[in-house]
Amino acid sequence: MNDVKKIGVEPDEWEPLKAYTNARIALGKTGISIPLKESLQFKMAHAHAKDAVYSHLDVAGLQADLESTGLPVHRLHSQAENRDIYLQRPDLGRLLANDSVDKLRRLNSSPADISIIIADGLSATAINNYTGPVVNRLVEKIQQAGYSLAPLLLVEQGRVAITDAVGGILRPRLAIILIGERPGLSAFDSMGAYITYEPQPGLTDERRNCVSNIRDRGLPPVLAVDKLMYLINSAFRLQLTGVALKDNNGLLE
Amino acid sequence: MAYHCTVGNFTYRFNDLKELLAKASPLRSGDVLAGLTAESYEERVAAQMALADVPLVTFLSEVVIPYETDEVTRLIIDTHDKAAFFRISSFTVGDLRDWLLSDDADTITLQQLARGLTPEMVAAVSKLMRNQDLILVAKKCEVVTRFRNTLGLRGHLSVRLQPNHPTDDAKGVAASIIDGLLYGSGDATIGINPATDSPAATSRLLHMIDRVRERFAIPTQSCVLSHITTTLELIEQKAPVDLVFQSIAGTEKANASFGVSLSLLQEAYEAGLSLKRGTIGNNIMYFETGQGSALSSGAHHNVDQQTCEVRAYAVARQYKPFLVNSVVGFIGPEYLFDGKQIIRAGLEDHFCGKLMGLPMGMDICYTNHAQADQDDMDTLLTLLGVAGINFIMGVPGADDIMLNYQSTSFHDALYLRRILGLRPAPEFEEWLLQQGIMDSLGNRLSTGLQKQLYRALVS
Repeated sequence: MNDVKKIGVEPDEWEPLKAYTNARIALGKTGISIPLKESLQFKMAHAHAKDAVYSHLDVAGLQADLESTGLPVHRLHSQAENRDIYLQRPDLGRLLANDSVDKLRRLNSSPADISIIIADGLSATAINNYTGPVVNRLVEKIQQAGYSLAPLLLVEQGRVAITDAVGGILRPRLAIILIGERPGLSAFDSMGAYITYEPQPGLTDERRNCVSNIRDRGLPPVLAVDKLMYLINSAFRLQLTGVALKDNNGLLE
Repeated sequence: MAYHCTVGNFTYRFNDLKELLAKASPLRSGDVLAGLTAESYEERVAAQMALADVPLVTFLSEVVIPYETDEVTRLIIDTHDKAAFFRISSFTVGDLRDWLLSDDADTITLQQLARGLTPEMVAAVSKLMRNQDLILVAKKCEVVTRFRNTLGLRGHLSVRLQPNHPTDDAKGVAASIIDGLLYGSGDATIGINPATDSPAATSRLLHMIDRVRERFAIPTQSCVLSHITTTLELIEQKAPVDLVFQSIAGTEKANASFGVSLSLLQEAYEAGLSLKRGTIGNNIMYFETGQGSALSSGAHHNVDQQTCEVRAYAVARQYKPFLVNSVVGFIGPEYLFDGKQIIRAGLEDHFCGKLMGLPMGMDICYTNHAQADQDDMDTLLTLLGVAGINFIMGVPGADDIMLNYQSTSFHDALYLRRILGLRPAPEFEEWLLQQGIMDSLGNRLSTGLQKQLYRALVS
């Protein structure tokens, strides 16, 4: 404490209030400025978030994680060639690159009940961390419920609405996209899942349902899959997704 | 009407004022996304040269969005003050830029001129100005507003205390309010973004701030930034509503996407006034804006994002706001890509708002997918302090744990006050001194007040 005093750092008297919030309160001060320790902790959180934004899908690792589903895995790419274009042109992240369109057409698979799409979004780190536990369990539950599944799709530089581009070709009755959410300082590896009934080009986001903050310290994978199954079953029963489904969904409260 | 500029032996043609304004805009990703930018550096400067030659009166006859189809255009044209405009009616846009920088354009002259300027004139002249021009002219403007204290006086800097919490938890919100107050923030407003827009939750937060404000006689005002229809409902229920908040944009269609219209804003303005809660003034509205909002709702009519933004200021001006806040970097890199674009946009918004006569503040901020960091925020913060900004945000440690973005902190506000010799709003400063929270140099003192504050907030 004496050392701290010598260099001018003064703690705040209300440190016990930190128990009530994760906000960066009671940081103390040196002069009128933030002490270095707090400044570096902030920088580290921001560094994690930036690294997550520029992280890449670990394709080999993901393919290994998904092997136990027994489903084929295909790699696709959006029209956003790289991260900087992806960040500035959300429209391109919603469209499939031409060779990816050809690849999907050549699959010539008959329409399945459900298509699962896995995309990097704004945090490939989230996808690398949580695809295994979420997709393996999700596939198992979907198959137990008697729905058919399309091949798994792994999309680089993808946005949520690339679901619709996929839907226009594969014609599943329903699609789920698992995608890395925008990293915050408190969570850089949070996965989101969006469900779209009858996906096709031209849909808007109010036609989808979302389960967000999927990560160990947020909504853990097991609970996330339960919510997704509730939504999937409701969507098939009501033959829709979006605002109307959300209103009836007590589980999401 | 088409506009031209010849460079060497090539003549650039701009089909209309809207295209000319867009191509004269300093580069930003949102205009690229909309497909509106100049195709080369040369074309951009050619557009600026052509724009400099456009007479200001042209803006009164050639509108960028049709009068018949857009109520914001109707508001702009119908409320244009011709007497105020008379002094500059012979000017081109370029003349206006030179005149604004001259000593003839002093504080009182600019205040008298404000209502004679349309947003498109102001947007146009900003496109011809360098960052230092935007700072110098904004500094000459003084826009003072009053509710329970006085904001915008020269030499003062106020702070909105933003104690957000992801679940609106009372203890969590209280902890951040105490942190902010004891660091000298909260004179602009204690303003919470609620996690949910329910009237009950909003009302609970309003009562909470009101209790502590009354108990400690804090000369400030509260706000819970719910949708204006929620606020209207709460006014009917006699909840303690101080400031009436709403996000607004520069086109009728973009406002519709926010669920508002001019008539709804007027209704809420009148309802708020009827409460008569301001003790020293009647500025009761708090508006937030931000470049890119019109494009993001597909409502930009091929007008560049900065011109759309200034049109939002015409909407704000109609209701004599207490606070107007451009949330400059919140929207993301598809509209403002990096620190350079965010800094430019921040200076433009502050200048344009002030010239229009608005009490401009700014949420100096960025998201983690933009190419920006706290160093960029320090730069913009310092520049806006020099430019005379009315208020900034105070978020604990600059990290908003509910909205997941980075803004400015209570410490940042103290930094700006110290290096520029700025003081809190006078009534609030007196309160800080009385309570022993701050000394006259702006140093935080030890008061032991946190326990009493906590009891007043969470009871």
